[in-house]
Amino acid sequence: MNDVAFGLLAALAVVSGVMVFRFDSMARATFSLLTSLLCVGGEMLLLGLDYLGIVTVLMMTIEMAIMAVFMVMFMMNPAGLMPMTMTHNKKGAAVICGIAFVLLAAGVLLAPWPARQGKPPADPTMDLGMSLMGPQMLTMMVLGMALFATIVATVVLATRRGRYDRFGDDLRAPQASDPVRGGVGR
Amino acid sequence: MTDPAPLWAVLALPAVLAGAAWAVASFDAVLGAGARAAWPGREALRLLVQQPRRTRAADVPLTRLGSTLLPVAAVLAAVVLPLGFRSVSDLPEGIVWFNAMEALAWAAVWLTGWGPNSTLSLIGGYRFLAQGLAYELPHMLAITTAALGAESLRVGDVVDAQAGLWFAVWMPAAFGIYLLSALAMSFWGPFDQPAGRDVAGGAAAELSGVDRIVFLSGRWLLFVVAAAFSVPLFLGGGHGPLLPGWAWTLLKTAVVLAFLVWARRRIPTVRMERYVELAWVVLTPLAVAQALVVAVVVLNR
Repeated sequence: MNDVAFGLLAALAVVSGVMVFRFDSMARATFSLLTSLLCVGGEMLLLGLDYLGIVTVLMMTIEMAIMAVFMVMFMMNPAGLMPMTMTHNKKGAAVICGIAFVLLAAGVLLAPWPARQGKPPADPTMDLGMSLMGPQMLTMMVLGMALFATIVATVVLATRRGRYDRFGDDLRAPQASDPVRGGVGR
Repeated sequence: MTDPAPLWAVLALPAVLAGAAWAVASFDAVLGAGARAAWPGREALRLLVQQPRRTRAADVPLTRLGSTLLPVAAVLAAVVLPLGFRSVSDLPEGIVWFNAMEALAWAAVWLTGWGPNSTLSLIGGYRFLAQGLAYELPHMLAITTAALGAESLRVGDVVDAQAGLWFAVWMPAAFGIYLLSALAMSFWGPFDQPAGRDVAGGAAAELSGVDRIVFLSGRWLLFVVAAAFSVPLFLGGGHGPLLPGWAWTLLKTAVVLAFLVWARRRIPTVRMERYVELAWVVLTPLAVAQALVVAVVVLNR
């Protein structure tokens, strides 16, 4: 039963992953990718990694939704209404993909995998949390800040209006002149 | 600990939710001017016999997917909702599950808005995405605060932790933010701009017939589920004197729903740029501060 579900989800994940590059619509490609990632979340649930599975579903859904917002900000076809293609440089990409696949498959088959030692932990979520937030706390914090700084930087680069537009050339305007007034009385 | 529910509960859950959503919609109609309690049924019948409309170059599969996903996500979110001390499945990470299903509903609205290839519905869908970012963050933090207070992501444990003091009493900010953002996540009441009148129905503008029934009833379902989830999170779930647990849950849920429906009739639609800035500048830091207070209390316990 579990094996059948695992196989079905795996097949669906691969098929919808392939469809990302077959669809000519931004929305279909986005949600095909989301389907693929949700199937991966389902696989994690089947493997007994409940927390990771559910968090994958949550994060990937939000991520795909946010991608649609960023699409409006940065793409030449903002609403995604025109037909488009997800593949560019097709021959080069095919060669790179082929080589990467052969390398990875060779690695899977040729690597001397270690035999399992000990048993799976009773609560994998707890162990994962301890290993991420224990010895790797500094790495995680730095990583988080770097990602956050990247997001802020892209948004700052994308806005047309800067502080000089809002507060005047000498930055001395008592009130920011915004096209839309906000909700906290500024 | 929550008891496991019998298997038939899986079938009963959607029916019970649909009944509750129907009752709330009728109550809302009674409060409205010139409408009767029978309005939801009449509207559904009218839509069933309506001539279906199609737009040019519409992406029909995506529209269908979006409008069906909305009620499905609402019912899936309700899987962890306990009636008394029993839920269909008391997952160890029930709170994250609930949030993930709400996020699916978020994506569903965008799909519904995008699909028909129509300007106004596209605006509605994108509105919900942009606003949803501002709603989701305080919402998530409020939910996390309740989990933090119980030191567990299991909804049953959160209910058990409130046997003495309700979380609403010592986490009032999180409770208030939860109620506000629950309304907002179901884009209902003062937060109805994604399907608002100013864009001729927004994400739902081009839906007709059965699609429209499914989408709009999905919104009622989502609203009922989001409001009902405040009971196990903040209002002590089934805990209370004299009455059995299920009765307390029903009573508290009914009070929350009645309050929200009443408030909807008292408060006009909030202008989105105002609420979005409020959400980012005031509510998010407030939710973080509330989580900090709870974390300190829990650490010193």
